[in-house]
Amino acid sequence: MSRMTMIEAIRSAMDVSMARDDNVVVFGEDVGYFGGVFRCTQGLQQKYGKSRCFDTPISELGIVGAAIGMAAYGLRPCVEVQFADYVYPAYDQIVSEAARLRYRSNGEFTCPIVVRMPTGGGIFGGQTHSQSPEALFTHVSGLKVVVPSNPVDAKGLLISSIEDPDPVIFLEPKRLYNGPFDGHHDRPVTPWSKHELGDVPDGHFNIALGKAAIRREGGDVTVLAYGTMVYVAQAACEEKGIDAEVIDLRTLLPLDLETIVASVKKTGRCVIVHEATLTSGFGAELAALVQEHCFYHLQAPIARVTGWDTPYPHAQEWDYFPGPARVGRALQDVMEG
Amino acid sequence: MAGGDGVLKFHVPEPEVRPGGTPDFSNVPIPKAGSVPRPPVDVDPRQIRDLAYSIIRVLNRDGEAVGEWAGTLTDEELAEGLKHMMTLRAFDTRMLTAQRQGKTSFYMQHMGEEAVSCAFRRALAPGDMNFPTYRQAGLLIAGGYPMVDMMNQIYSNEADPLKGRQLPVMYASKEHGFFSISGNLTTQFPQAVGWAMASAIKNDTRIAVGWVGDGATAESDFHAALVFASTYRAPVILNIVNNQWAISTFQGIARGGSGTFAARGLGFGIPALRVDGNDYLAVHAVAKWAVERARRNLGPTLVEYVTYRVGAHSTSDDPSAYRPKTESDAWPLGDPVIRLKNHLIARGLWSEERHKQAEAEVLDTVIAAQKEAEKHGTLHSGGKPSTRDMFEGVYETMPPHLRRQRQQAGV
Repeated sequence: MSRMTMIEAIRSAMDVSMARDDNVVVFGEDVGYFGGVFRCTQGLQQKYGKSRCFDTPISELGIVGAAIGMAAYGLRPCVEVQFADYVYPAYDQIVSEAARLRYRSNGEFTCPIVVRMPTGGGIFGGQTHSQSPEALFTHVSGLKVVVPSNPVDAKGLLISSIEDPDPVIFLEPKRLYNGPFDGHHDRPVTPWSKHELGDVPDGHFNIALGKAAIRREGGDVTVLAYGTMVYVAQAACEEKGIDAEVIDLRTLLPLDLETIVASVKKTGRCVIVHEATLTSGFGAELAALVQEHCFYHLQAPIARVTGWDTPYPHAQEWDYFPGPARVGRALQDVMEG
Repeated sequence: MAGGDGVLKFHVPEPEVRPGGTPDFSNVPIPKAGSVPRPPVDVDPRQIRDLAYSIIRVLNRDGEAVGEWAGTLTDEELAEGLKHMMTLRAFDTRMLTAQRQGKTSFYMQHMGEEAVSCAFRRALAPGDMNFPTYRQAGLLIAGGYPMVDMMNQIYSNEADPLKGRQLPVMYASKEHGFFSISGNLTTQFPQAVGWAMASAIKNDTRIAVGWVGDGATAESDFHAALVFASTYRAPVILNIVNNQWAISTFQGIARGGSGTFAARGLGFGIPALRVDGNDYLAVHAVAKWAVERARRNLGPTLVEYVTYRVGAHSTSDDPSAYRPKTESDAWPLGDPVIRLKNHLIARGLWSEERHKQAEAEVLDTVIAAQKEAEKHGTLHSGGKPSTRDMFEGVYETMPPHLRRQRQQAGV
């Protein structure tokens, strides 16, 4: 057991996976010699050699396209897209190819790849270093979509993703790379070394895909969150003194509907929070599912607190980011509704 | 060209001739058979830049095999090659008719391009992997894949290896080195490079082959594939089948003024060859050269096959709306089946009578396969894949939401 940041935990997951399975290869832009712009792959090339961890040309479609071909051969590529904002050139390869390969070939060919990408805002990243494109992937049959919120999950979920027989989109909230963040940008950030979820087993372990975690037990309202918003939601609950149950979804597809439904049936209220824009965001799917499965238990309309339906701005960072004040107001409204 | 009136002019390329016009390929330079030298496989790519602008040809007008690229196949192999091409042609004819009869929704034929995939297949070894487009079924025919299974796939019947999930002709067979065909153009090109990279990473001896048409070279995947292949010296052969047409669009729209499609490889430091795609012997010789290069870890090769799409783009297409009906008759590289047939006749290995007999035999084989396949049903009649199959294979293990949906579907 070691205290790790999320960066170290992600690196450890790849290290452990590469040591266990010769077929695991890691590549992307600046991933090899330099060890990644976020240091997530630091030392891997030195340890495993250039044929296991290497730099690529700046071509997201090339990175994912090559990974698909390698997976068809029998390798298990874990590739990096430098920012989720830059995944779009690879979208065709992900949607039309990786996600469909098993289905369209009736299992003749499969695609056990992981596409890692830093996601989310709260870092003054502006339009192309802050986006949360998860809904573009949860809409795609054949993909799995994972968003960890802490070091121990990041490692356990990434190992599971690498070992998963199907393609996984692994979204890493870069705001959480060095420490948890509750949206209070005016306060100093605490590092993961001060947080219990920074305790990460050194060796191999799995956290199952498709299983949510309850971060805060409560009886009055269920908050559905993932990534950075888990901490924002927890802070909002404390500040408002609301006895909320905060669920960290961890995997968006497949979704742990059982945990969600059990909680909402207990609380009768539901608030959904995500950084991504509102319209057709993943929150819409969550709201629809809760409505469908918990209609007779609901005592108030389901609320969504999300990014606005605008591109992610620079100067207006904290007017855009759904911080604890906005989440707190929604919690209050739902309790009064 | 600069406008004399001081304003800019917008340029849109046009083919030489449209419907109603007289087909004319006089502007297509066709080098004499045997005129292009065969370099050693470890040649410095910079020394063979000319090969990207010429056309490697073996069979001359008299059906003789001439030049340094001749002599890669035995008499038996040539006779078998002719049979493969004839089989593919007969297969196409029967499946076109089956589509017109409503037995399937869709078909795409290979008329005029049979030599490219049939001859190329012969240069590969077991375990090598093709990443084909929808117009390389010759890889399956020449590779011994059961014709009945191809038809089962086309009919989407109960014996369809792909369980009715894929459009007709989108075959997949790992055992036969035939990667799953996708409807999305050129996606397979960087995948082929990735497969080849994997083989090199594992110190394997197998190589990969990517396939693309002239029109689809314009996709960004084409560029990505070339840069990755070049950067990592991947053991891959990147094949461009230039059949002059991308549905209704003539190849000039995709070419962007470059000399040839092959020439695009030069900017990436990839040796680029251009070959007569209707010359079975030339296709095989070039394929063998590129395969040897890849196998000896000398890196990728780009090959442009110059051919002509004689048939309609697909069963949903009518070429008379955009090109002269007789354009294929004017194509200077002729018909691949007739050219190989004439070569064998010229060498006393074949005759018109034997050819007619072979045509009948081939047709019998195809008809027998068709009868067998139709026992398992066609698209709208007989056996079909189950509705349960529709939900399988999205993931290795069916997740809860799909189980719920399958239940809702009542299966």
